[in-house]
Amino acid sequence: MSKISLRVNGRVYTVDVDPATPLLYVLADELGLRGPKFGCGMAQCGACTVLVQGQPMRSCVMPMSAVGQDEITTLEGLGTPGPPHPIQQAFIEEGAAQCGFCLSGVILTAKALLDEKPQASDQEIREALGGVLCRCFTHVRMLRAIRKYAGTRKV
Amino acid sequence: MSVSRREFLESSGVLLVSFSVAALAGPLAVAQGPFETHASHIDPAKLDSWLAVSADGTVTAYTGKCDFGQGMFTAQTQLVAEELCVPLERVKLIQCDTSVAPDQGTTSGSQSTPVNFNSANLAQAAATAREALIALAAKRLGEPDNQLTAAGGLITGKTGRRVSYGELIGGQRFNLPLNPSAKRRSLAQWTVLGKPVPSLDRPALMTGQFEFVHNVRVSGMFHGRVVRPPEVGATVASVDENSVRQVPGVVKVVVRKDFVGVVAEKQYQAVQAANQLKIKWNPGIGLPAQKTFYDNLLKQPSRDVLMVDSKDVEQKLTAAGTVVRATYIYPYQLHGSLGASCAVADVRPSQTTVWSATQSVYPTRSIVAKLLGAPLESVRVIYVRGSGCYGLNGADAVSFDAALLSHAVGRPVRVQLSRQDEMAWENFGSACAIEQRAGIAHNGEIVVWDCESWVAVRGGRPGYERPGNLITGLLAGYTPETVTPHAAAEPAGELRNNANAVPSYLAGCIGGKCGGGGSVRSERVLTHAVASPFFTGPLRSPVRIQNTFAHECFMDEIAAQVGADPVALRLRHLRDPRIIGVVKAAAEAAKWEKRASPRPNQARSGTVSGRGIACVAYEGHNGYAALVAEVTVDLASGRVQPRRFTAAVDCGPISNPDGLRNQIEGGILQGTSRALLEEVTWDDKRVTSVDWETYDSFYVGMEVPSVEIVLLNPTGVPATGAGETAITVVPAAIGNAIFGATGIRLRQVPFTAERVKAALQERRT
Repeated sequence: MSKISLRVNGRVYTVDVDPATPLLYVLADELGLRGPKFGCGMAQCGACTVLVQGQPMRSCVMPMSAVGQDEITTLEGLGTPGPPHPIQQAFIEEGAAQCGFCLSGVILTAKALLDEKPQASDQEIREALGGVLCRCFTHVRMLRAIRKYAGTRKV
Repeated sequence: MSVSRREFLESSGVLLVSFSVAALAGPLAVAQGPFETHASHIDPAKLDSWLAVSADGTVTAYTGKCDFGQGMFTAQTQLVAEELCVPLERVKLIQCDTSVAPDQGTTSGSQSTPVNFNSANLAQAAATAREALIALAAKRLGEPDNQLTAAGGLITGKTGRRVSYGELIGGQRFNLPLNPSAKRRSLAQWTVLGKPVPSLDRPALMTGQFEFVHNVRVSGMFHGRVVRPPEVGATVASVDENSVRQVPGVVKVVVRKDFVGVVAEKQYQAVQAANQLKIKWNPGIGLPAQKTFYDNLLKQPSRDVLMVDSKDVEQKLTAAGTVVRATYIYPYQLHGSLGASCAVADVRPSQTTVWSATQSVYPTRSIVAKLLGAPLESVRVIYVRGSGCYGLNGADAVSFDAALLSHAVGRPVRVQLSRQDEMAWENFGSACAIEQRAGIAHNGEIVVWDCESWVAVRGGRPGYERPGNLITGLLAGYTPETVTPHAAAEPAGELRNNANAVPSYLAGCIGGKCGGGGSVRSERVLTHAVASPFFTGPLRSPVRIQNTFAHECFMDEIAAQVGADPVALRLRHLRDPRIIGVVKAAAEAAKWEKRASPRPNQARSGTVSGRGIACVAYEGHNGYAALVAEVTVDLASGRVQPRRFTAAVDCGPISNPDGLRNQIEGGILQGTSRALLEEVTWDDKRVTSVDWETYDSFYVGMEVPSVEIVLLNPTGVPATGAGETAITVVPAAIGNAIFGATGIRLRQVPFTAERVKAALQERRT
């Protein structure tokens, strides 16, 4: 066990854990965050996605020892029900969820792409989401919501 | 979720039920209610079991049907708001907590809408309450009840005098029975139901604030992991507890017969302990070769059911001008929930609480009591949403795991399954083989149809009595339901086509009464349940998707054989007006070109396109869907790309068109993934589909086809199920579209690129 500090959603936390502990367990168990979720533990599905310095990362395979002082943003770090972040707003308006377990992967991956590349093509959006799973298959609405957010970014 | 029981009840408005254990003791009735519910301590015949109105006019409603992403929370909230004439935001719905909600069995089988939205249960309770409030107001205002109107939680008389629900009943019980003749509000009166109300969970979901069962944290909680056997049927020889002594934070190694788990202070410690625990396993039972599995399936002893038999099938087949025959294969498939399942249990000497994503809180309560040897009334199961389930994922098993581990350490334990635990040991959708034969007259009419199916089954939902139907119960020493072979009895009573074993085109006649959807009167349908080496369970549209794949592809084969348009041939043999309605609506919306399939003069290289149709009367009468699929096939690679789906769905009066569309869209794409990619694999010892590299699924980045939906919204009929109708027709529609494009008939799901390519090559040689 070691005391490790980390920066999450604009705050600094110190936790006492084995440095090999995956970031996901710290976010979920020590910090009580609900956004990132355990899907597979092998970086295959995206349910545990967080942004690290704006880049989507799979927190289930990222050991605490590798986190350092990089700024981590979880789904709840983007916005709240009042007010949500524009991409969350687009997902709310399009009703782009069923069970909602996949949303960290879908929303954060799409946001990272469109923040870096507001003009991203449909093909590029598809490629970015090529490793993100939604087993309820709410794809039609999710892509609509992502395009809606992209529309606001292009202006 | 760590509120105490008392806080919870107080916050729910009214203290409805006494929770002293003594009050709950006593003989629990065992009578089977509708959909296999048991009578519980909450009497569904009493209005107060379903509804309470607080002094501020808030309506708290209790339901035994839960929302796991299919929209039941919002739709049921709309239902209560509509019938009680209160704004949506004034309804607080409590779903599936065995301490306050009536026992409605399992939320499954497309039964929630029929059960709660027609003329019983929640709908009838709300209608009873509205009429009771109007009667109270009539007394209070001194005006006849037919002069009173209810709106916005107020009842107003002709004179303009008004009284609120809170003033009439706030905080008190109704003390009334559910009135079976209380009048539901008519579709014409609806202001909340029937509207595309946005799902109430959206803002919390999209902003990461929604509490899933994975997020439940209870004070003093430990973390557990299970260690499942390395092979199917392997048993524990010995467990070396010392092997994890050096892992920090380990609290206990728990062994109960072949069930093994570890408990630790932190989650990662439990993961490490589970990985490092040394267990000596006795070898498993060995598994049949996957390659010859379906050939052997047909030779196993079986439990047979004869659905219909006109006794003239062989004779008519011999006499028929043309006989078409084909055998269809459907693989084991996974629920494959995105989140590996999770549950929290707090087992105390006198009281147990389980936070579970089970779709069956009362049955789960019964099984937990059995596993712990605890009195039923001492167990409370609280539903908290998990990852989307589609039937029976690991949610029930992990709830039992958590109970066993918490019981062993005397503290609350949260168990998170690993991806491998989830996939290798869930209850798969059944593998099936289905043989079809039909005889055609010279005028192209189908005169005889014979269908025989083999379905692999083992275990299933545990219900109230069978812990062994799931992996945890089996490991803990219980036996699963297995197949006891017996011959079929003669068909009797009315046709009950619950698993869609009977094709829609058959008359379905038993003893002169014809309950089928079609016109073919020389008919025989025989089903065989065969012992499966793997657990099976109700995966979305259980056995219905398998049967419908076989029936609807076979109908297409018949159409091709006689050179008929596939839509026209269907309409020629259908009699049920509602399935005819969806076929016509889908064909019209898709601008179906009337001609035989496959498309003539197709290219022999590059990419070809085609269309196919399939339809179903789900469970005979529980929803109707037709789907036109348009696909392209790359002839070089065999890759199938769906381009456009056009669906028509009739599920009676629609409670929430937005929720319904969401279910249909998701069902069609999930069905696409299952039709084109998904198949459980195994070797001689174990399941080898254990993660997303060994079990294929479409990702969000797939090339998404367009999905167009026509919703029929008939009046004067009851509401039916809606979550499973559309997915049921997808594999057949896609299979028929591949035929439409290539002339290649694929009779085995999934239609992978390899299989399509191999079939194309076979044609060339």
